[in-house]
Amino acid sequence: MSNPMPTATTLNSTKHQRINIMEKLGDYWTLCVLVVIILVFGILAPSFFSAFNFLSTTTSATEILLLAIGETFVIITSGIDLSVGAVLGLSGITAGMAMQALGNDALSLIVGILVGLLTGLIFGLVNGFVVAKMNITPFIATLGTMGIASGITFLLSNGADITALPTPLTSFGSGNIASFISYPVIVTALLCVISGIALAKSRFGVHTYAIGSNQEAARRTGINVPRHIIKIYGISGLMAGASGIIVAARFASASPISGQNDELNAIAAVVIGGASLFGGRGNILGTVVGSIIIAVLASGLVIVNVQAYWQTVAVGMIIIAAVFVEQLRHRNK
Amino acid sequence: MRGDQPLLQVSHVRKHYGAIQALRDINFDVYPGEVVGLVGDNGAGKSTTIRILSGVEVPDGGDVIFEGSKVSLKGPLDAQMLGVETVYQDLALALHLDVASNLFLGREELQRGWRGRFGFLNRKEMMRQAEEILVQMNVQIKDIRQKVGELSGGQRQSIAIARATSRGAKLILLDEPTAALGVQESAKVLELIKKLRSQGVAVILISHTMPHVLEVTDRIVVLRRGQVGGILTTKDTTLEEVVQYITGAKSQHSEKEGVLA
Ligand SMILES: Nc1ncnc2c1ncn2[C@@H]1O[C@H](COP(=O)(O)OP(=O)(O)OP(=O)(O)O)[C@@H](O)[C@H]1O
Ligand SMILES: [Mg+2]
Repeated sequence: MSNPMPTATTLNSTKHQRINIMEKLGDYWTLCVLVVIILVFGILAPSFFSAFNFLSTTTSATEILLLAIGETFVIITSGIDLSVGAVLGLSGITAGMAMQALGNDALSLIVGILVGLLTGLIFGLVNGFVVAKMNITPFIATLGTMGIASGITFLLSNGADITALPTPLTSFGSGNIASFISYPVIVTALLCVISGIALAKSRFGVHTYAIGSNQEAARRTGINVPRHIIKIYGISGLMAGASGIIVAARFASASPISGQNDELNAIAAVVIGGASLFGGRGNILGTVVGSIIIAVLASGLVIVNVQAYWQTVAVGMIIIAAVFVEQLRHRNK
Repeated sequence: MRGDQPLLQVSHVRKHYGAIQALRDINFDVYPGEVVGLVGDNGAGKSTTIRILSGVEVPDGGDVIFEGSKVSLKGPLDAQMLGVETVYQDLALALHLDVASNLFLGREELQRGWRGRFGFLNRKEMMRQAEEILVQMNVQIKDIRQKVGELSGGQRQSIAIARATSRGAKLILLDEPTAALGVQESAKVLELIKKLRSQGVAVILISHTMPHVLEVTDRIVVLRRGQVGGILTTKDTTLEEVVQYITGAKSQHSEKEGVLA
């Protein structure tokens, strides 16, 4: 009865019913996978369709989704940012320490948020600099800063949570509209829209795709490639900072272990969303769907009484399936 | 066609790589709207000459004179500023982007007003101009929203050339543009080169395919071991004669400075 396999079987059968269906569904097939997963959980456990579950699932999705937005930009340029999870944790701690020091008022809130965002931005810019100016491959560069960020997190916090956060922050974290849409979800949605438009409609977006598609071509047409790459990693860091603050707000506590392993889920979300690690391909809508798939698996498996560890198993299988299907689609063209 | 001032003069240009003297003494001119073939055996120095003219390499000595004044090209952007565009062998297109985005890469049209300041693209205007450029160049592409990666080699070559022209190039450098193409696709690219000439754009064409060179060029500069072995007027020469110059059986110069045989 309680069986995590339905997701995988659904995928398999779709895959075998000839690639034609894939062609027709085009870029929306992951969306269909999401709908099927939701329906399966809803049938297995009707409480899955409750307003409360919607609220909590979407709210918990924001953590990965915010990281995945930045990661989308990075992956489109054919880079990778392994540091986002660690930077999330560090940003939460630096923001928390600033707010703890300043007390429980509006000024403390504002300064804390700025400190958190700045922490993320600085790490992002450093990543960009190391990648673009020092010519270190993104994997190694961000593996390095990941270690640096998580080390500093524990040095600063001594491993302890910071719970003395300003009330406006924590009430934002737990706030919602009609017990249905939480404030963190609203902020995240807004950032999705802005970044989605930037990627699809702006010069910045075209240059991002161009760099991932053919960096040499981008350089020869006069695009300042290093500067663009630094900005891209800056965005990724900034999103990690934002995610760190929102996680602290939601749990009314900044924890040094926040964000651990999140980078893997963020990368998974982007890849499930149709991006190519070779660059040039990916979009925010796909990333949103990918992030929600991961969040739905986490909450759904718990609701149907399956051990939560199955989530990583299911996500792992979906990543492989997603990449396989993308390969089929692009080979068929 | 002659009579006016040369667009480009290459004068006593030299370049060595370590012990290899890639270019010994290169001299030739290109007039506005003229198609000049640059031919020669492997390693004769054709690509090196192009790299110097496109600003990728700096010569050891000699002058590059553009529109009457001596220029020093420090990078590809310097050459582009002057109106010298290079279509590279690997084309330098972004395969994941559509035709219009590739044509405008690096100098996109933005919307007016505040949206432009935020970097919003004016897709409509770019599509319209792209359509215009392609029609003008007689490049047939079904849908300019198609990704370049989905197009044929010839279409890609055409887009790369059209992009170079649309940037107001006065001189376009083509390094083996038909090397990877089939018969029909090559024919299209050759048509495009003739089109460029009719629009007053000068072209330097590198090719190992002599019939192509004889078909589209006005003059042929034959390089041999880093020197100009001969400059031929296309309509007065034959394939046999060009080959004789390439192999060194014929030469317009008494070989000076003891070239090793
Ligand atoms: N970057 C370089 N480093 C060292 N030697 C080089 C370099 N580029 C060219 N050469 C040498 O300079 C000489 C001229 O090379 P070039 O590439 O200009 O020849 P080419 O006429 O374009 O030949 P092909 O028809 O094979 O393309 C050759 O001997 C080549 O080995
Ligand atoms: Mg060559």
